Amino acid sequence: MPADTAAPGPEQAYFDALADGRFMLQHCDDCGRSIFYPRALCPHCGGSELSEREASGRGTVHATSVVRRRPEQGPPYNVALIDLEEGPRMMSRVETIAPEVVRIGMAVTAVIDRSGDDPMVVFHPAESSS
Amino acid sequence: MTGLRGAASIVGAGTYGLGEAPGLSELEITAGAVQAALDDAGLRPSDVDGVFCASMTFNMGSLTLCEYLGIAPKFSDSSMIGGSSSLAHLLTAMMAIATGQCDVALVAYGSNQRSMSGRLVSTSRPDPFESPYGPRQPITSYALAASRHMHEYGTTREQLAEVATAARAWAAMNPDAFLREPLSIKDVLNSRPISDPFTVRDCCLVTDGGGAVILTSPERAHDLERPPVPVLGGAMAHWHRAITNMPDLTVTAASDSGPRAYAMAGVSVDDIDLVQVYDAFTINTIMFLEDLGFCAKGEGGAFVEDGAIAPGGRLVVNTNGGGLSCCHPGMYGIFPLIEAVRQLRGDCGERQQSNPEIALAHGNGGLFSSQVTLILGADGTI
Repeated sequence: MPADTAAPGPEQAYFDALADGRFMLQHCDDCGRSIFYPRALCPHCGGSELSEREASGRGTVHATSVVRRRPEQGPPYNVALIDLEEGPRMMSRVETIAPEVVRIGMAVTAVIDRSGDDPMVVFHPAESSS
Repeated sequence: MTGLRGAASIVGAGTYGLGEAPGLSELEITAGAVQAALDDAGLRPSDVDGVFCASMTFNMGSLTLCEYLGIAPKFSDSSMIGGSSSLAHLLTAMMAIATGQCDVALVAYGSNQRSMSGRLVSTSRPDPFESPYGPRQPITSYALAASRHMHEYGTTREQLAEVATAARAWAAMNPDAFLREPLSIKDVLNSRPISDPFTVRDCCLVTDGGGAVILTSPERAHDLERPPVPVLGGAMAHWHRAITNMPDLTVTAASDSGPRAYAMAGVSVDDIDLVQVYDAFTINTIMFLEDLGFCAKGEGGAFVEDGAIAPGGRLVVNTNGGGLSCCHPGMYGIFPLIEAVRQLRGDCGERQQSNPEIALAHGNGGLFSSQVTLILGADGTI
């Protein structure tokens, strides 16, 4: 008999929403802070009353690197940490521009990339800065 | 916070298979280091009743090693917190000895990862929130922290490279070091780029090798052959696992473990004669020197300039050549500890410092995550 649990869990719920085209953040109803990655308890206050809200998609580059490869493995690509407008930080990529020109402090906008096996959130330079 | 000060002393240290050890299993390398440490202490496996061992390739490390060595311990621990595990084990071993759980503790680590795979081995489940973006782990995580340090404090590529050239200059005096040929700042900058701002020479080696230390009570230590090295202070801290969740990418939890280790030892940063820190990447040494109080936050880049941490510089750092030039078999934490012990006992040959009394050994694990600081003293400091 299945245990008495709320399913799907927060991690599965996040990826299910992403597959539906929505980038969701958890919001703690106790302390009011946003949470990423999705968890069972709020890491800020321990609260368990968590709701899901669609992310604004607005963010800022906090740190950036260019992963280099041998030529036969493909071109270099960006890996960045993005500070989301709601507060949390996430790892992602800034795409549509050369990886070397991604700058800390750059305004970026979330896009759901469906080109791979699983959808994932990547970022493009925000309209105002492009 | 001084209850454990000097509660145990290191009485033996050994390494084995540093560099390339083809044809040896991980356990054979580890056992070689254990034998070297026991020989150093004048003890036998049957004298050991506490065993501490983590591994990157087999879980239940202490069970595996005890069975292999024929030891039936009264206490053991396989806790895995990444590259600082061995230093954390030393802290636990000290508590176990102080409370009578065991009398003679062995802390051991070994890996054959260079000969087996040629790269850093990870047994962890991929992080579903990071791995899709293809960070080259662990390198990219540290590179992201470096990008932030450069952005906030103006730290330069040349300053990062200074860490690598200093490590290499020390390695030139260590016959056990894997890379000993001269290395210039230009060499570092022109090496193969891996994950900006790092080239391959900003990154630790991938080698084979094992290390082990033996710890016992100060009373028993007094009866053994080698000058005992009392553990004066120790503390651990961690604030995150993945780099995304590091609260401030320019400040490690060493800024917490360090001051608590100093307080337990009853020393200040000015009392430290030599420093052995886990230099997985060039940024590590810079941030640890800041976080451990050798310079102010943000000044680490300038601090290491002009050969300041190379032989003859203003601060003695990583005299074995570090993870950058001596060895790095997956988890390096036991090696800064062993180098500190050897310096305090006067075993270091050409690179030996003149009568050091207090040494700091610092371990780092994960992605700038787990931090363990130990303060060791020369014989007679307790």
